Amino acid sequence: MSAQELSDLSLIEPTLDAYADVPGSLIAILQQTQDIYGYLPMDVMERIAERTGTPIATVIGVATFYAQFRLEPVGKYLIMLCQGTACHVNGSELISAAITDELGIEDGQTTPDGLFSLKHVACLGCCSLSPVMMINGKTYSSLTPDKAKKVLRQLAAEAKEGAA
Amino acid sequence: MRIIVGEGSCGLAAGAGAVYTRLKELLAQGNPGAVLGITGCNGMCFLEPIVDVYENDGTLHRFVKVQEKDADKIYEAVSSGDWSIAQKLAITPEDEEFLNKQTRIALRNCGVIDPENIDDYIAHGGYQAIAKILESGMTQEDVIHEVDVAGLRGRGGAGFPTAFKWRAARDSKPGEDGQKYLICNADEGDPGAFMDRAVIEGDPHSLIEGMLIGAYSIGASVGIVYVRAEYPLAIVRLRKAIEDATARGYLGKNILGSSFSCEIRIKAGAGAFVCGEETALIESLEGKRGMPRLKPPFPAQAGYWHQPSNINNVETYANVAWIINNGGAAFSAMGTENSKGTKVFALSGKIARGGLVEIPMGTTLREVIFGIGGGIRDGKEFKAVQLGGPSGGCLPASKLDTVIDYKQLQATGAIMGSGGMVVMDESTCMVGMARFFLDFTAKESCGKCVPCRLGNKRMLEILDRIVAGKGEQGDIEKLEDLCYAIKDGSLCGLGQTSPNPVLTTIRYFRDELEAHIDGHHCPAGECRELISYSIDKDVCVGCTACARQCPVGAISGTVKNPHEIDPALCIKCGNCKTACRFGAVKVN
Repeated sequence: MSAQELSDLSLIEPTLDAYADVPGSLIAILQQTQDIYGYLPMDVMERIAERTGTPIATVIGVATFYAQFRLEPVGKYLIMLCQGTACHVNGSELISAAITDELGIEDGQTTPDGLFSLKHVACLGCCSLSPVMMINGKTYSSLTPDKAKKVLRQLAAEAKEGAA
Repeated sequence: MRIIVGEGSCGLAAGAGAVYTRLKELLAQGNPGAVLGITGCNGMCFLEPIVDVYENDGTLHRFVKVQEKDADKIYEAVSSGDWSIAQKLAITPEDEEFLNKQTRIALRNCGVIDPENIDDYIAHGGYQAIAKILESGMTQEDVIHEVDVAGLRGRGGAGFPTAFKWRAARDSKPGEDGQKYLICNADEGDPGAFMDRAVIEGDPHSLIEGMLIGAYSIGASVGIVYVRAEYPLAIVRLRKAIEDATARGYLGKNILGSSFSCEIRIKAGAGAFVCGEETALIESLEGKRGMPRLKPPFPAQAGYWHQPSNINNVETYANVAWIINNGGAAFSAMGTENSKGTKVFALSGKIARGGLVEIPMGTTLREVIFGIGGGIRDGKEFKAVQLGGPSGGCLPASKLDTVIDYKQLQATGAIMGSGGMVVMDESTCMVGMARFFLDFTAKESCGKCVPCRLGNKRMLEILDRIVAGKGEQGDIEKLEDLCYAIKDGSLCGLGQTSPNPVLTTIRYFRDELEAHIDGHHCPAGECRELISYSIDKDVCVGCTACARQCPVGAISGTVKNPHEIDPALCIKCGNCKTACRFGAVKVN
């Protein structure tokens, strides 16, 4: 789905029914929106602004303030590469370079086939197992450039199998 | 017999899930009278995954670094009672020292109880403190007095006396139709700190009980836990703990038949370091951009929805029930003159034994790093320890005998902080480290105060130049000027402390900064622009491993003959150095 296509606004209505009138719920609504659509589509944010009576500038202001929110769709696999202190000391930069080498994408980008997105994130709190990355909720620990590449190849193979 | 698998986030990352599943399969096939269960992180992250087997008489057999295939051996040992079968997996006496040398209060149940089972918490003395308060008729002041006697100070970073905050919130009156709020800061944002995650994942009820006691003391009927979105497992376990505690009457209306009512809600953060600052956290709770408010009024007067609110972090609350049960004096018997009780540190980096360490205040950094952590791994030299994350600083070997105490640590230029302790060896560049933290704070500055928003960015630009070998005379002085301007001109703790990593680097590692600026040389051999790789012909055996790993084909050579790196092609990725098993790749 490209960002320009119209989103199915009916999906967000139950969330808005529950939270639109509860003060202070904007972040929770945006979190649910991202769970539903995978990112925050502009037309959905406009709908949120309308239902909650919040200026659209405020909605976008909140959406762009927090690291969790994405304004663009992400790939099937979201690689969250930890940039914490311990991971930094133990070579997360080399892992980042290995991922870029393997997939041709940098922080914030998605592969053309829509399979992988790379995002540098703040400390994941697994410091003793550093360097680590989290892909779709699963943590991969004590990475080496080689090990990281192997994980990506395996996921790519799994996705190919699933599609066939 | 009970078989307990450590299922904290780190255990699961290391493969505890597969071990659990395999043990479950084996037990289903032929049950030797053993029950399978889980527990949270016991803090021995360097040994994960960990499986504890308790015999019926309480004897503990601890198995470490257990992989899926090892589960069969443990099962065999359990079935036969012959523990020698799994001897290779048993923890060594040296590694046992890691836990034996600790004093655990905040982490007392972590790795001991099943975090998803309220009965296990109750069996370990849980909810006795709140019961004691409500049933013996302790007043709000009685409770606060006990916390005051304990000398408990905020464990999140600033170290403000907890009893002082509670009294202020108790004495504030909510507005009309308003109420007071008790908030838990579980937005553990310091890179390198993970004790709050361990407490929520491993012992969520102790947080709930601590919050209940706090809520009772200030007269709040609503508690809110603001948890980082990056901690999904913590949110799941806390949610279950709240449901279970509500079902048992520890939360909700008329708790334990008293007139005290309190509910606890969870709010998931959305990823902003500045939300660790209490007023920014409140803004975020209200659904807004997390930008700090001007103080005063303090949250105790006008916090969440401008009602009296009290904020403490997870570790602070986790100490409270223990203090009520054992008395404030037992807590203040540990520690130094102005720092009482224990503190949890997250030990990581180039350390032999990394994990969570809880020790009495007054312990030296040396004892934590060498005595408990086992020193530097791979036989390398200690170079520095980073305390307090982006608000703290790096201390050199000469400061290793500093004792852990709010005042003493502050005198070094670092801070106690939330307890991140990242250890570095000779291969870590201290200039690169300062740059790393500035990169973090420059990105995380909320932008409200100009000195923080622009000053950190300017400092980052200067450090970027220095690590690229383009440093200029006067850069250090420029950095110092900026540091003091940012400290003086920022509203909140983020800006006021963000220069600390740079200032401590200037103070303790000035020679390394000067080497970068004057000599365009990185003594640690880490700054990419300032180093080159070469292969020692006398050591290289011609195994071709490096050439196969080189992404740009810069390494030439034939099998069994020394290889060579073409500096014109080399992109300095370091793959060859990692690939070489003979130490033939040198950094110059």
